[in-house]
Amino acid sequence: MPEHGHKTPHLQEHLLNIPVPDYAPELRQLVFDYTLQLADTSLILGHRLSEWCGHGPILEQDLAMANIALDLIGETRSLYQYAATLEGKGRTEDDLAYLRSAVEYKNPLLVEQPNGDFGDTVMRQFLFDGFHYFLLKALKHSSDQGLSAIAAKSFKEASYHIKWSSEWVIRLGDGTEESKHRMEKAVGNLWMYSGELFMMTDTEKQLLEAGILPDYTSIKQQWDEHVAKVFSEATLEVPQQVYMQQGGKMGKHSEHLGYILTELQYLQRTYPGLEW
Amino acid sequence: MVKTKATDIEKVWEYLEEVTDPEIPVLSVVDLGVVRDVQIEGEQVQVTITPTYSGCPAMNTIATDIKLKLLSEGFAKVSIDLKLSPAWTTNWLSEAGKAKLEAYGIAPPVEPEGDIHALFGRNTTVRCPLCQSENTRLISQFGSTACKAFYQCNECLEPFDYFKCLK
Repeated sequence: MPEHGHKTPHLQEHLLNIPVPDYAPELRQLVFDYTLQLADTSLILGHRLSEWCGHGPILEQDLAMANIALDLIGETRSLYQYAATLEGKGRTEDDLAYLRSAVEYKNPLLVEQPNGDFGDTVMRQFLFDGFHYFLLKALKHSSDQGLSAIAAKSFKEASYHIKWSSEWVIRLGDGTEESKHRMEKAVGNLWMYSGELFMMTDTEKQLLEAGILPDYTSIKQQWDEHVAKVFSEATLEVPQQVYMQQGGKMGKHSEHLGYILTELQYLQRTYPGLEW
Repeated sequence: MVKTKATDIEKVWEYLEEVTDPEIPVLSVVDLGVVRDVQIEGEQVQVTITPTYSGCPAMNTIATDIKLKLLSEGFAKVSIDLKLSPAWTTNWLSEAGKAKLEAYGIAPPVEPEGDIHALFGRNTTVRCPLCQSENTRLISQFGSTACKAFYQCNECLEPFDYFKCLK
C-alpha cells in the first residue's frame, strides 16, 4: 500500500546554497536584473543548441552541441536560483524561466538568432563564446559572491566551449570552397549582433560603478584579439564598420524570441504548476 | 548541545563510500570528490556536496542517494547542502578513484594543470585503458557525459572514454 501524505525524497529538488548579500534595495535590484540577464542569455542559447539534438551533421558534433547546451542550462539554473534568492519574493527558478514574457527577457539578440546551417551555429557560438569566456574570467573576481561563485564554476566549462567553436571556425573557414563560402555567409548573417554583447545598459553601468561588474572595454579588447587570431587562421576577414543591431538587453527582441518561448514555456503555460 | 563523537562523522564518511555515482557506478561520491564536508549537530547530519559540472543531471540523484543511504543506516535527520564554491576540480578525484576508473575502461585525467591551459594547446597524451598504449587520439572533447571526452586507441583501435581535466 502506498503511504499517503508522504512526499518521497525523489521528488525533492536540491537547490544551491548561495548566501544572500547584504545590499541596499536599489543595489539588490540591479544585481537581480543583471543576474536574470545572464541567465536569460544562457537559457536561450542553450535552448537553441538543444534544437540540434538528433540533427547534428555527425554524431560527435551532435553530442558536443548537446553537452554545451547542458553546461549552459546548468549555468542558467544556478543564475535563476541566485536571482530568486536575491528577489526573496517566493518566485522559483521555474517561475523565472517559464512565466516571464518576451519583453521581460533580457538576452542579447545574438543568442536568439536561428540555428541556420551548422556554419551559422558555429559562428553564433564562436561570437558568443569569446564574450562569455572573457566575461566569466573577469566575473570570477567580482565583489558579488554569488556571481563570482557561478562564474568560477562556469568559466571552467566555457573554456571547452571556446576551444570547440574556435577550432570549428578554423576547420570550416580554411576548409573546402563550400565550407568557406558558408562561413563567410555566417559572418555576414551574425556579425551585426556581436556589438550588443559589449554595449553597457544602464544596469550594467551602475554595477560597474558599484565595483561588481568589470569594464567591458577590456573584455572587448580580449575578444577582438581572439577573433582576429582565429579569423586569420580560418582565412576569414574581420568585417569593418558594420552597423550593430541592439535591443535584446532592453527587452526589444527580434521576432524569433517569441517562437522560442512559445515552445520552451508551452507546458507550464498550458498546465500551470505541472510537475513530474 | 549534544557533543558529537568524531566516530559518528567517520561512520558517515564510511557510508558515503558506498554511495556511487549513477553514471559511473565504480566510483563512490567520496572518490569523485563531490562530498566536501560532513557535520553532525545533535541528530542532524549535514553533508555538503558540490556539482562536477553545472548541468550534471546526476547531482539530484546523488543528493537523494546520500540522503536515503544515511536514513537507512539509522541517522534520523539528514540534510544536503549544495555548494558551488570552491568549484569542483578533477584534482579532487582520489588516487583510488583514478585506478578504479582505469580498471573500468575509462581513462583517468592525466594532467593536473588541465587540458585547457591554452586555447590551442596540444592535446593531452592519454593512455588507452584497454591495451595501455599511449598512441591514442582525441575524437571529441565532448563525450557520453559532461565529464568525459571521447578518444580512440590507434593500436587496438578501441574507442574509449576519457575523464577530462577540469581545473
